Amino acid sequence: MREQIEGSQAVAQAVARCRPEVICAYPITPQTHIVEALSRMVRAGALAPCEFVNVESELAAMSVAIGACAAGARAYTATASQGLLYMAEALFNASGLGLPIVMTVGNRAIGAPINIWNDQSDSMAMRDCGWVQLYAADNQEALDMHVQAFRVAEELSLPVMVCMDGFVLTHAVEPLEVPSQEQVDAFLPAFAPLQLLDPADPVTIGAMVGPEAFTEVRVLAHAKHMQALDAIPRIVGEYEQITGRPSGGLLDRYRCDDADTIVVALGSVLGTLEETIDELREQQGAAIGAVRLKTFRPFPRQELAQAIGDAERVIVLERAFAVGAGGIVTDNVRAALALAPDQAGGPDRARAPDRARAPDPARAPDPARVQDQGRPRLHTVIAGLGGRAITRRSLRGLLRRALAGDLEELYFLDLRAEVVERELERARKGVSGPHAESILRDLRMVMAGPV
Amino acid sequence: MSRPPEQRERFYQTGTLAVGGRLLAEEQRTVQAGESRANAITKGHRACQGCGEALGARYVLDAAMRATGGQVIAANATGCLEVFSTPYPESSWRLPWIHSLFGNAPAVASGVAAALRAKGRASEVRVVGQGGDGGTVDIGMACLSGMFERGDDVLYVCYDNQAYMNTGVQRSAATPPAARTATTEPLGGHPGNELGQGKSAPLIAMAHEIPYVATATVAELRDLEAKVIRAMSFRGPRYLHVLVPCPLGWGSDPAQTIRIARLAKETGLFPVFEALHGRLAAVSQIRRKLPVEEYLRPQRRYAHLFADGGRPDLVAALQAQADRNVQRFGLLAEAEPREGDLLHVLADGERGP
Amino acid sequence: MFSVRIHGRGGQGVVTAAELLSAAAFVEGLQAQAFPSFGSERMGAPVLAFCRVDTRPIRLREPIAEPDAVVVADPTLLHHVDVFGGLAGDGYMLINSMHTIGELGLQELHERHHPERVVSVPASEIARACLGRPIPNVALLGALARLSALISLGSLEAVVRERFSGTAAEGNIAAARQAAAQVAELAHA
Repeated sequence: MREQIEGSQAVAQAVARCRPEVICAYPITPQTHIVEALSRMVRAGALAPCEFVNVESELAAMSVAIGACAAGARAYTATASQGLLYMAEALFNASGLGLPIVMTVGNRAIGAPINIWNDQSDSMAMRDCGWVQLYAADNQEALDMHVQAFRVAEELSLPVMVCMDGFVLTHAVEPLEVPSQEQVDAFLPAFAPLQLLDPADPVTIGAMVGPEAFTEVRVLAHAKHMQALDAIPRIVGEYEQITGRPSGGLLDRYRCDDADTIVVALGSVLGTLEETIDELREQQGAAIGAVRLKTFRPFPRQELAQAIGDAERVIVLERAFAVGAGGIVTDNVRAALALAPDQAGGPDRARAPDRARAPDPARAPDPARVQDQGRPRLHTVIAGLGGRAITRRSLRGLLRRALAGDLEELYFLDLRAEVVERELERARKGVSGPHAESILRDLRMVMAGPV
Repeated sequence: MSRPPEQRERFYQTGTLAVGGRLLAEEQRTVQAGESRANAITKGHRACQGCGEALGARYVLDAAMRATGGQVIAANATGCLEVFSTPYPESSWRLPWIHSLFGNAPAVASGVAAALRAKGRASEVRVVGQGGDGGTVDIGMACLSGMFERGDDVLYVCYDNQAYMNTGVQRSAATPPAARTATTEPLGGHPGNELGQGKSAPLIAMAHEIPYVATATVAELRDLEAKVIRAMSFRGPRYLHVLVPCPLGWGSDPAQTIRIARLAKETGLFPVFEALHGRLAAVSQIRRKLPVEEYLRPQRRYAHLFADGGRPDLVAALQAQADRNVQRFGLLAEAEPREGDLLHVLADGERGP
Repeated sequence: MFSVRIHGRGGQGVVTAAELLSAAAFVEGLQAQAFPSFGSERMGAPVLAFCRVDTRPIRLREPIAEPDAVVVADPTLLHHVDVFGGLAGDGYMLINSMHTIGELGLQELHERHHPERVVSVPASEIARACLGRPIPNVALLGALARLSALISLGSLEAVVRERFSGTAAEGNIAAARQAAAQVAELAHA
């Protein structure tokens, strides 16, 4: 049934219909509405026999989930930003132990300077913690992805992180359809753990592994992620059969067929981006398309290379930024584009055996080679950091700039260049203090004088 | 993940003072003296000679297994106990056991307990969390406190060897004053570990007013077992703090582990007591009070107190601390515990060195 | 697409107003999206909320810079915040105040715009009388419903009953009706 409902409430309902057995959480903006809603449901007995554990930190939240999952319970938690980093150690542990925990990340910037608004620095910082990472473009996809996440997680014994842009999605109210209990039950069987702490059959979980086997353990973890590249489309297909709704998956193409310029993006920017693309196509016949990246870990390299095809220009629109390096998603896209044509593959490529193999170092990305082969020009556009709105107006300007061939390799959307320049000038004179405070003073947002 | 190896032979200790002999009546015998002991941590592990922690863990877990009819799940912090018991692909554990991280064992235990509640198995299967003093008193303190205040049904056991032994003997918040560690060398007039620092995890546990808090040493193993069995008779969070000498870190003779543990108690430096719901309930009295020097001298971590003229000032400070413990906890028959709640006594300003 | 921007202060129910508006549009079979301007605002701080209504699914997720209607829940914001920024020439302005548009010093704006689309209503006073508390949000929605015909009073009442219970629902509905009636009177004045 369609309802007009907040993203967080819808996600909470979707999680509830997955019949979780242990939910633990530590509050952090903008994740709070989700866990508040689940807490109310548990209190009211609607999820019995589910336990809701109020913990003292995110590290504890993930640790309680680890203990609960190892003891056979379907475990869920949610966090954001600093909270995700605070549980970093436990994230690696959960994936290393192969515990199929599902977690929502309400994407939010990382400080300092402290900032409670949306970007994806948090989950991007944790991209290599061994979790599957799904990025929702809208709230319908976010709630659907949660139901799918439990299936993916439990089938592969891998934890799954569903990333949804904080505030932009978590706090937005829109018409959504939460699958019914019958639909979820038909889709998601009861959790049958592959390993279980049980006195009837004692196992040791979390033994120390030395150099003699550690590499093999990591390669096997990689192989499991490669399996996820096959499992996710299959599971999403089953979900569509039950709900009648295509949602989630590895990636989608939007008006890419004739596009010579393709924007690769993930998360809530996609809606505004697609509106802008439609507008430019109508107004000036620009051949622009978009690739909606939905699964970021494992990274669907072959699918992405195929989706981009022989486009001339690829713009990677990123809501996070690796200081000192550049675009995080761009590096992954570049690696995908560096696949040789036969590896990028047609529809008949043999996937599974290839995926089970260890990665081939010869496939490592080589930017020079990419250019030599006349592959598409790659641009990184950093946008929406710390909650700066990504508007149609800005995207329109960006795409026109790209179509005119004027787009830099690394571009910051709506950058207040004069602010940066003034601060750099100050630094050249050797009188710079903490940048954030200096800039706020310049903008008259704090009182003059020492901050 | 690996399964514990099949055990083909078993050894039973008999007749020692520590274990309690077969000559005793059935109900007086230790768990370890019984043929039905669980061997929860079995032979083949890689602890050092004379390791107090290995001994303590064996007694604790076997007693917990007896108290629950073998229905125990253990969550272990990173540390010596974890490292020496599970060198992949082997495991010394004959009970379901999980190791996650250094600082989160109490929270993992809470998670197991929550799962058991959700699965309707909480009445039959019980949870023990365990770690060393670093994993408990320092990095795990927040998770431990959270587990306490939520009332989770977990017995948490700290095996306290008073420093980070697994990483090569660095100071922890449980390192006693004047002890030499790799990060508290007695150089430039420094006393070893500073006086007036550190914290008491048992007293912190008591401040949570949880059902049961107890301290014990590996010198009195029947007492240790009795406390575990008593702890398992309560529901909710329980805390057991066991002093476990470390021959490597303390610079003591591996053959003297039991004796040194006993001296810690008999000098008054390590008070052995039980507390119910935050109030002191029982104290193991000192049989014959000994000067702290008898405890300090056999340990190389205190050698600087006695070499080259020594540091009589520090020995006196440690003696004063022991004397204060005797007073505060009523450790001698003639010394009644001070009036009122122990924490109130502490709040009055009587803080140890 | 019709877009509404609501200005107010923390505690006035501004975010709830945007949500109720979107829910009422949903009830009428329209597509709608509501979202707050996101901040760590405390009681009394200026807050913003947005609502888009359309006949097609809404993909846009940018803040509303060019609204078709602006609702100002606290008139003291008029002098601090550019509440009318980007408002369409034929857009609607609804201000919560006991004072007339002229008394608020907005005569010039009034004349530039369609005068019948610039209205003030004493929503806080109406809410105090109907509800016992000066929370103006639902009264303002009643006024907006009458002013813009974006939603009907009936669908507003339906979603208010869903969101609130008992006297809170009935009080808010009474406030919405009264505010709507006042707008209607102004239109005929």
